[in-house]
Amino acid sequence: MSEVLLQASGLRLAFGGVKAADGIDLGVMKGEFLAIIGPNGAGKTTFINMTTGYLRPNAGTITYDGRRITGMSPRAIVKLGIARSFQLPQLFVEHTVEQNIALAVASRDGIWSPLTPLLRPRFRDEARDLLGRFGLSAIADTRADALNEGARKLADIAMAVALKPRLLLMDEPTSGVAASEKMEVVETLARVLRDAAVTAVFVEHDMDVVERFADRVAVWSQGRIAALGPPTEVLNDPAVQRDVIGIERHA
Amino acid sequence: MSTTQDPPRDPMARPARLMKRYEPILAILLAAAMITAAILAPWLRFVLTIALAKGIAVLGILLLLRAGQVSFGHAIYIAFGAYVVAFLAPTVNDAALLLALAAVGAGLLGLVIGAFVTRYRQIFFGMLNLAMSMVFYSLLEKLYAITKGSDGIRVEIMPIAGQALDRVAYEWVIFGIALGIALVVAILLRLYLSSPMGEALAGIKTRETRLEFMGVPARGVLLSAYVMSAVVGGIGGALIALTSRHVTPQLAYWTSSGELVFIAILGGAGGVLGPFLGAATYELVRIYAAASFADAWQMILGAVLLLVILFAPGGLWGMAARAIGGRGR
Ligand SMILES: Nc1ncnc2c1ncn2[C@@H]1O[C@H](COP(=O)(O)OP(=O)(O)O)[C@@H](O)[C@H]1O
Ligand SMILES: [Mg+2]
Repeated sequence: MSEVLLQASGLRLAFGGVKAADGIDLGVMKGEFLAIIGPNGAGKTTFINMTTGYLRPNAGTITYDGRRITGMSPRAIVKLGIARSFQLPQLFVEHTVEQNIALAVASRDGIWSPLTPLLRPRFRDEARDLLGRFGLSAIADTRADALNEGARKLADIAMAVALKPRLLLMDEPTSGVAASEKMEVVETLARVLRDAAVTAVFVEHDMDVVERFADRVAVWSQGRIAALGPPTEVLNDPAVQRDVIGIERHA
Repeated sequence: MSTTQDPPRDPMARPARLMKRYEPILAILLAAAMITAAILAPWLRFVLTIALAKGIAVLGILLLLRAGQVSFGHAIYIAFGAYVVAFLAPTVNDAALLLALAAVGAGLLGLVIGAFVTRYRQIFFGMLNLAMSMVFYSLLEKLYAITKGSDGIRVEIMPIAGQALDRVAYEWVIFGIALGIALVVAILLRLYLSSPMGEALAGIKTRETRLEFMGVPARGVLLSAYVMSAVVGGIGGALIALTSRHVTPQLAYWTSSGELVFIAILGGAGGVLGPFLGAATYELVRIYAAASFADAWQMILGAVLLLVILFAPGGLWGMAARAIGGRGR
């Protein structure tokens, strides 16, 4: 059936005595939405950091589209088509939301033009279109440091989407988004990603979101993958319910 | 969806936008005022040429400030440009050609030093620039056989673009060239600052790692700005040499670097006219203060800077912006 887009094999990374990755083997299929769940400190962010070149594993390899990317710089990895969003949004806080997105659009090929404006029609239109699809048009001219957490989060994801990745890794995309808006936001996001045929990996704490949007779920526990499979199977597994979901509910 | 925390909280946003629109008119007014002053008093022509030269160099400080970086050693490029003129004047013997050589030379020096210092940020960046400039200062002092040490080197009046000129005509043309270069560089810089490259430079100040995750080499962006800042420093230095017609190692001394930062803060980093407002004010205050209170002029300059930092953090440019923006409310 579908082919593997990203393959992690035997990833290990320790911080002092803490094993943040303790033998991670995971294949991400082209076109799927893969959710990562697990308690805080399980190593979910570390996996994203290793995949995007921010951290280098002590051992193991990551291949993307058949090509080894372990040890490559974040910059080189982005150029291959892997983008990410952040658990804590990483925006240019002295720029407007529109400028943030336009800069991401420009970074695909137009960053080195020194005499034409960033907000030239081509970049501005694409930024506005994307903001429209994220329902963020109203805050296009707002400075990023004046946004609430939910909007910051969405703008952060929109910046990653503006890079036109083939694989998008999102670290807790719905944390900070108000509970009443969560489903609507994920619905929108899922539509944008499906339209663009983006493969997505997302860390998520809300099991309703996981159940509804993930094709598969990977359960992280102490640097290992404790379970992997379709949401209906994994989320109903008694061990997962006891060890992960129980903890999530109380978190 | 509720998307903002509180009302827009940048009180300077509106004046800054307005100011951006008025900038070309203000530039013309400032240039006209300078030309008038230069006609009225020859000694002012000299002072204003120096002010323009320093203003051009301070544009380089402004560029680095965009990235949140302060160089405490940028006088190295002024001194380098000035010594290019002093060393090559006898052989080249043309001011226009020397200006171009100084710009290119300073750019190359900026590329070499920049490749090293742009690995660092904040205080390390500032201090490494200072260290570089002090090494250069020592070389100028110690290599007496080549540089004539602290005696310095005289620069004779020379032809400009092939035209031999008498002293008054020469000084007028240098003033005109300084004004012309100031305008051109200010326009180019203004375009640059709102281009993707310029906005990415500003992104280094707020979220450098995000740039990397967008595939943008932050260091490359900073290095290119650094080279530009070196080029304008070299041009400023060459103009100073052609105007004062005497170069000394003092040009590279750390106080000269401090002066550039001083002017940048005094003028304000919000727009490309700030450095020129700052430089003109600085030079005039310095001359009047030195004439009236021989022993206390540095204290007066210090007090002026203190007042600006306390009451007008946007500098003179910011004060002008508020004066213009405030009226419309
Ligand atoms: N850069 C780092 N330096 C030291 N320890 C780290 C670093 N990044 C993560 N860790 C540790 O690794 C473990 C996994 O962290 P993380 O991947 O952030 O977990 P999660 O995202 O699942 O909450 C935690 O114990 C955390 O403290
Ligand atoms: Mg995390």
